[in-house]
Amino acid sequence: MKILTGNDLRSGAVTWWNGTGWSLFVDDAVDVGDEAEEILARETAARRVNVPYAIEATIDAAGHVRPAHIKDRVRALGPTVRRDLAVPTADKTGWDWVI
Amino acid sequence: MYQYDSYDQAMVDARVEEFRDQARRRLEGKLTEDQFKPLRLMNGLYLQLHAYMLRVAVPYGTLNSLQMEALADIAEKYDRGYGHFTTRQNIQYNWIKLEDAADILADLSRVEMHAIQTSGNCIRNISSDHFAGAAADEVVDPRPYAELLRQWSSFHPEFTYLPRKFKIAVIASEKDRAAMRLHDIGIRIIRNDAGEIGAQFYVGGGMGRTPMIAPLVRDFVPLDQLITYAEACLRVYNRYGRRDNKYKARIKILVHELGAAEYTRQVEEEFAHMLSVGVEPPREELARIATYFADPAFVDGPKTLDRSDPDFALWVTRNTHRHKHDAYVSAVISLKPVGGIPGDATADQMRVVAKLARDYSFDELRVMHTQNLLLPHVRIADLHAVWSALDEAGLGAPNMDTIEDIIACPGLDYCSLANARSIPLAQRISERFAQAGRTELVGELKLKISGCINACGHHHAGHIGILGVDKKGTENYQLSLGGSEAEDVSLAKITGPGFDEDGVIAAVEKVTDVYLASRTDGERFLDTYRRIGMEPFKEALYG
Repeated sequence: MKILTGNDLRSGAVTWWNGTGWSLFVDDAVDVGDEAEEILARETAARRVNVPYAIEATIDAAGHVRPAHIKDRVRALGPTVRRDLAVPTADKTGWDWVI
Repeated sequence: MYQYDSYDQAMVDARVEEFRDQARRRLEGKLTEDQFKPLRLMNGLYLQLHAYMLRVAVPYGTLNSLQMEALADIAEKYDRGYGHFTTRQNIQYNWIKLEDAADILADLSRVEMHAIQTSGNCIRNISSDHFAGAAADEVVDPRPYAELLRQWSSFHPEFTYLPRKFKIAVIASEKDRAAMRLHDIGIRIIRNDAGEIGAQFYVGGGMGRTPMIAPLVRDFVPLDQLITYAEACLRVYNRYGRRDNKYKARIKILVHELGAAEYTRQVEEEFAHMLSVGVEPPREELARIATYFADPAFVDGPKTLDRSDPDFALWVTRNTHRHKHDAYVSAVISLKPVGGIPGDATADQMRVVAKLARDYSFDELRVMHTQNLLLPHVRIADLHAVWSALDEAGLGAPNMDTIEDIIACPGLDYCSLANARSIPLAQRISERFAQAGRTELVGELKLKISGCINACGHHHAGHIGILGVDKKGTENYQLSLGGSEAEDVSLAKITGPGFDEDGVIAAVEKVTDVYLASRTDGERFLDTYRRIGMEPFKEALYG
């Protein structure tokens, strides 16, 4: 699947396109298919997100979204060395797949 | 230490308000990110993996207790309770909100600090010997000259848009504790045979993807021509530096391509011209600056101490450095607890350090390029009290210059440029050696880890260096041996094919095994490597 990510303008927090807006949780990310460029152009123009881009991802049987590249997996959860500061996630196996 | 005059304060305050307006316009959607990015970078505000990151300058690594307390307050009020001290003697905050950034800069300005020129293609924070003003072996205190360079380079209109970033280090000892020859300009202040004080200029060093050791360009510049010579070096670079290719834009490439002799010839020509123009600041200005760096009121006292407590004795042996006054030492505060994150300090720890500086070190602190802190002037009589307070705060690790004292960049845990994580390696290696009781056995061993080729973790200069790379989407680590950023400067050589995370940690153990089996009395890891060469290490790793 193809999903969109960026950083929130105000806080800099990592965000994910959920179909109508930008969520802090990677599991909310939706497959944008071939609409990526159109959404990115629209959202960039609206200045609701900083430097958004499209990435490849997979979704597991439980519905958890996993970005394909290690950098985006780290972005999805937070620093692996400060798990106390991690983004809250319903995916209890998150740290098993980030690296 | 230096205190702002009305010009300094007015400049910094004006920049805060200018940035406040720029950030407001960005938040209101009146500026695009493309328009705003160079403006925020000029104020040290990056966008990293998880949030904005603010890099705050600590000029030549010197700060006072009030400033450290302000840094602690910022960590607590605007960040997540901690900060990260860097290899360029700065501090970075990892979780900054754009809407808070101008308020943070205002808080910094109130204690004479800022984040100006901590990013961008300009002259960055001037770095120096962390023992400056305290070391027994220095010719003079290099910091007045570093401060003069700071004032000259701040907002210098000609050097605001250089081909690439530009880093200057100033030292005044034979010992190089600032990686001086791995800077764009390295300045060593010396005393010549006639007893005159002057400066050696080394130009064109650096790490990154093309590491180079700076050649000597001028062996003696009179100190009343220091700025003029620096300006000549910059002018030649600004004129001919490669602006067409980011990867060839640093001055080291220009010096290498021209050759040191031709670069020097051009600098000398420019220098002669600049002398006729008269750009050197008046001597009175240097004298004014120097008054801020006068020695504190040292008092005589005991020169020996009770070493009956073995933990204290080990810390004294490892973490203190000879002072120019024999009743004092400089005390290194390790930010490398076993298994910890190199360079990180909590707000509470910063306040402990600030209080110790106020009570025991004439209100003065240093940030070391090794990502540690330093109390420069501690009476030997007070040393046990200082150690006890540090130990209680988790700051008493006795590991300066050991394999636990690892330099590690933020790596893929924080940095948008990184290809691999650095911090977990540092944590695991320090744990592995500490738990096996091998730290003391191995002795001095400088291990440095970078998460990408930009080399913020100085891996080229590590006795053992580790570089993280991206190998088909997974982390891979190249091991290198034989680097040094000290006066015996050298660049590390890659051992061979890389390793995964577990593999590189095992590889570090193997190369230390080779060292322990091969060393002769008194040899450091680096000495043994230089004597026996790479082959025995390669054989152990790949044979």
